[in-house]
Amino acid sequence: MDDQTVGTVGLKRGLAQMLKGGVIMDVVTPEQARIAEQAGACAVMALERVPADIRVDGGVARMSDPDIIYKIMDAVTIPVMAKCRIGHFVEAQILEAIGVDYVDESEVLTPADQHHHVNKHDFKIPFVCGCRNLGEALRRIGEGAAMIRTKGEAGTGDVVEAVYHARTVLGEIRRLVGLPDEELMAFSKEIGAPYELVKETKELGRMPVVNFAAGGIATPADAALMMQLGVDGVFVGSGIFKSGDPERRAKAIVEATTHFRDPRIIAEVSRNLGEPMVGRSVSSMPESEHLAVRGW
Amino acid sequence: MTIGVLALQGDFAEHIQILAHVGVRAVEVRLPRDMANIDALIIPGGESTTIGKLSVAFGLMAPLCQFASEKPVWGTCAGAIFLAKESTGHDQPMLQVMDIVVQRNAFGRQVDSFETDLDIPAVKTPENQHPVHAVFIRAPLIERVGKDVEVLASLPDGRIVAARQGHLLATSFHPELTGDDRFHRYFIRMAAGLT
Repeated sequence: MDDQTVGTVGLKRGLAQMLKGGVIMDVVTPEQARIAEQAGACAVMALERVPADIRVDGGVARMSDPDIIYKIMDAVTIPVMAKCRIGHFVEAQILEAIGVDYVDESEVLTPADQHHHVNKHDFKIPFVCGCRNLGEALRRIGEGAAMIRTKGEAGTGDVVEAVYHARTVLGEIRRLVGLPDEELMAFSKEIGAPYELVKETKELGRMPVVNFAAGGIATPADAALMMQLGVDGVFVGSGIFKSGDPERRAKAIVEATTHFRDPRIIAEVSRNLGEPMVGRSVSSMPESEHLAVRGW
Repeated sequence: MTIGVLALQGDFAEHIQILAHVGVRAVEVRLPRDMANIDALIIPGGESTTIGKLSVAFGLMAPLCQFASEKPVWGTCAGAIFLAKESTGHDQPMLQVMDIVVQRNAFGRQVDSFETDLDIPAVKTPENQHPVHAVFIRAPLIERVGKDVEVLASLPDGRIVAARQGHLLATSFHPELTGDDRFHRYFIRMAAGLT
């Protein structure tokens, strides 16, 4: 009975289940990673630049320098995630070799493939992928993603797209649950998703994997809003370390995510947090600057 | 019987689903007042540092310690760390109510997470004598146990992964992630004073 199996679907999806109800924070230095851990983050995303800076700097955004990822892994005991470009399976192989706990195949970086994502079944480590709708989510799960996040619009501090994507996904699931079985194939065709995963989603009444919200969450109220809409947890990217007082804001967002149905607590933790990130409203941005449209 | 599940962070919904399946009322515990009418408590898997910090921030440490001094409590993975009197190498808020020493992330990172079958006589039932399929995710190990602690399960190399001390239960793995409800039934029998 000493047979041990590793890299299973259950282990990959299981780690995401352990992150539920939590906040995953973007960090660019070991010091920021320690601040995030101290604030109660359930994981950190190790990056060279947060999305707001990627927007400002322009150019091609790639996987981070492994040295930064190693240093952040050494700095904290919570899980460490890192991003690879869409379709860049060698960046993903490198992240697996480094030993990160989760790979985010992310639209925040410049895509490496205009048609195909990474075949995530090939890896022992789990992947999280972004989505704007249920079809995109189930295509990613079909490719082996063990966790999904709605995309929102990263690096803006504007929660409007995060709300739109979460409402879209959760609304489609509500619609699917009401469909008779004979309509599932046409529904699969309509949303461009594998039939078996459509069927499983209907039976479960929810996404088959953990589903977080991301992209534009900047305040405790934003985090609680996404939780009340029905996601399992939140990613906060630029919203923490681009704000006036990252320590306090990080802790407040963690506390609001746990007590998301308790407006008195959210009010209390929201007091005197200093300046939020300045942000950019998504409606003022030209289409070419939208990151969420990346992903196929 | 009503079982509370600490719902600060982690896979508390999975525990509640199994409790509902076996017909026991379960409530989410986020604040001290949520503990008023519960007979036993489960501390789920999740991130032990997050659960610890939120327990401190919302005044749960003393009520949880008080509860664990007299009523049944079961911790899975992060929950087991939270119950332990000591965690080697890490300074984080812990209840320190159970006489076990744990080592966090004892097997390594996520690439080292594993599943295996364990023979656990304590939870076997006349109907189900099969081994328990155990899921270890960035799991802790129970390095040492005190003299009043009974070891319920070990890996083939002897390392301890489940233990009980009177009304306290700790597992390194996640019975809430498999379809097997025998650990939950065992804890319910503990809570009812039947074992």
